[in-house]
Amino acid sequence: MSRSTCRTLFQKIWQRHVVWQDPSGRALLYVDRHLLHDGSFHAFEAIRAAGRGVRRPNLCFATPDHYVPTVAALRAAPTEKYRTKLDTLTRNTGQHGIVHFGVNDLRQGIVHVVGPEQGITLPGSLLVCGDSHTSTHGAMGALAFGIGASEVAHVLATQTLWQKLPRQMRVNITGRLPDGVSAKDLSLAMIARIGTAGGSGHAIEYAGEGIRALPMEARLTLCNMSIEAGARCGIVAPDDTTLSYLKGRPYAPQGALWDPAVADWRTLHSDDGAYFDTEWTLDASTIEPMVTWGTSPQYAAAIGGVVPDPAGSDSTTQRASMEESLAYMGLVPGTPMDSIPIDRVFIGSCTNSRLDDLRAAAQVLRGRRVVVPSFVSPGSGLIRQAAEAEGLHRVFLDAGVEWRDAGCSMCVGMNGDLGEAGQRVASTSNRNFQGRQGDQVRTHLLSPAMAAAAAVTGTLTDFRKLP
Amino acid sequence: MEPFTRVSSVAAVLTMPNVDTDRIVPAKFLHNPRSAGYGQFLFRDLRLDADGNERPDFVLNQTPYRSARILIADANFGCGSSREAAVWALYGFGIRTVIASSFGDIFFENSFKNGLLPAVLPEAELLRLRAAVAADPLALLQVDLEQQTVSLSSGEVFRFEVDAFKRNSLLLGLDDIGVTLQHEGAIDAFERQRKVQTPWL
Repeated sequence: MSRSTCRTLFQKIWQRHVVWQDPSGRALLYVDRHLLHDGSFHAFEAIRAAGRGVRRPNLCFATPDHYVPTVAALRAAPTEKYRTKLDTLTRNTGQHGIVHFGVNDLRQGIVHVVGPEQGITLPGSLLVCGDSHTSTHGAMGALAFGIGASEVAHVLATQTLWQKLPRQMRVNITGRLPDGVSAKDLSLAMIARIGTAGGSGHAIEYAGEGIRALPMEARLTLCNMSIEAGARCGIVAPDDTTLSYLKGRPYAPQGALWDPAVADWRTLHSDDGAYFDTEWTLDASTIEPMVTWGTSPQYAAAIGGVVPDPAGSDSTTQRASMEESLAYMGLVPGTPMDSIPIDRVFIGSCTNSRLDDLRAAAQVLRGRRVVVPSFVSPGSGLIRQAAEAEGLHRVFLDAGVEWRDAGCSMCVGMNGDLGEAGQRVASTSNRNFQGRQGDQVRTHLLSPAMAAAAAVTGTLTDFRKLP
Repeated sequence: MEPFTRVSSVAAVLTMPNVDTDRIVPAKFLHNPRSAGYGQFLFRDLRLDADGNERPDFVLNQTPYRSARILIADANFGCGSSREAAVWALYGFGIRTVIASSFGDIFFENSFKNGLLPAVLPEAELLRLRAAVAADPLALLQVDLEQQTVSLSSGEVFRFEVDAFKRNSLLLGLDDIGVTLQHEGAIDAFERQRKVQTPWL
């Protein structure tokens, strides 16, 4: 194969979705899967106002997540603000004939958890959703873009999306993660290194021994966080791990369609000579459990480290940004990360609410008691059921942790799950932005095991050092 | 969508890098319909204190910047969430163009769909522009999409690049869906071929 014909995984999937190539460089791409949620009402309203319909309702799938209450009593009788959002999604999907996993359906959950879980997200497909964490689905070997409300309306009406080929980045993960160190730590370490704009304008392919060794759920976590590195999407080449995860899932190819699909998916990998505009290499074996100390995901440090000193920064803008972060977080440089007290703990979100995440948290909590208010919100009703089947909920309840229902919950607080001003939250979510978890709430991002350890001690703690 | 050709105004300057869309419009307001007017939510927690009073030190609370149509920002403006309401809030407040050294990708796309021009200047030029504005904070800037320029009253001109297709759509205020439906035949043909080649999709 000559160098010029070598293509990246991303480019291969891209090329098979081009409906029309504009001379300006933009391509009209066909969308195979469109995921919708209770925040998609703006887009439905836009097509209604324009008098347009939904072109391919059979390629759309919806579930409420942003506004859905996670407390059972509120779920049974949501206040009007939330009920309106849930009813609107029911009405919009019903009117257009779109599959809808409603609030009382066991399959309901966070849209980025539900897509892979149901086998809706497939290798080689192009998937979009009006949510930035759509990057999650790239873990299945799909092109997955988060889009805005106007683009959601565009996809509803045309089943296509205009895009310009992004630059190609590869992140090579050599070595394997140490025991208990998770994909969340890997992603925070990567973002700390390349920055929240490091992936700007790029599609990131995660490759290498460290990726091959990761189970599917860990890959989903890693790709989920690609948007926090500023990337358009993250992607992992499908392999046996992907196939065994997918096989038998409700919307995955069944019967005679499975073998030809697998044969096709086997061809989905970057060619040896494929060109990447940017390459990074990280040695997974050197990664430590990570925690953020600031108000941008790039402001992360190893749990054994200290809060850095803005004075050490080489740009005045960066220094000012770090100082602003520290002022908001109420932290001073030099403070050991594992001495920072925590007021409450949240385990959940599209980043870390899958069964493996809950198992990792439960392993730390087993036989221990939490000392700060803590709750777990599983990623879907099915995960909740599976966790209960293996007794994880008992571990949580015995430890004093609330066991809730599925939704975006305290990651974005749009359902009312918020912290109180001044509280410091250890959170397995993806964003530590100012005000994200409530006015003046301070967020420390970390893995499920680390969140569990913080719940037990009331302080950011290396879970490996718990007595 | 309202077409964008050129805008003349004083420029408000925001020097923070990585301004995320949660800061531009906090999630607590996103349940509102667009018709509620998102301008009132712009930079809510930066602009107003907990009691809803203006913070006098925030640039958009100062005269004449409260009516600025041009915002000069920093790197990675609009990173984070895909909420298009971030653009609606800027637009609703009266901002028509944001000049920065880079933008969050989704915010960048959303801007063009709502009549807001995100103009990218290389970092060194952005710093020069900022210095010029700092030296003469009341000067009128002109941002011209046809010419792809940012001009100062001193005569200094900065040129920015913009995708030809996006530029045209913004200049004419075109509806993307209308443009796409001109390719409906190609979409139909693609769907027929897709059914044969990847029947599992």
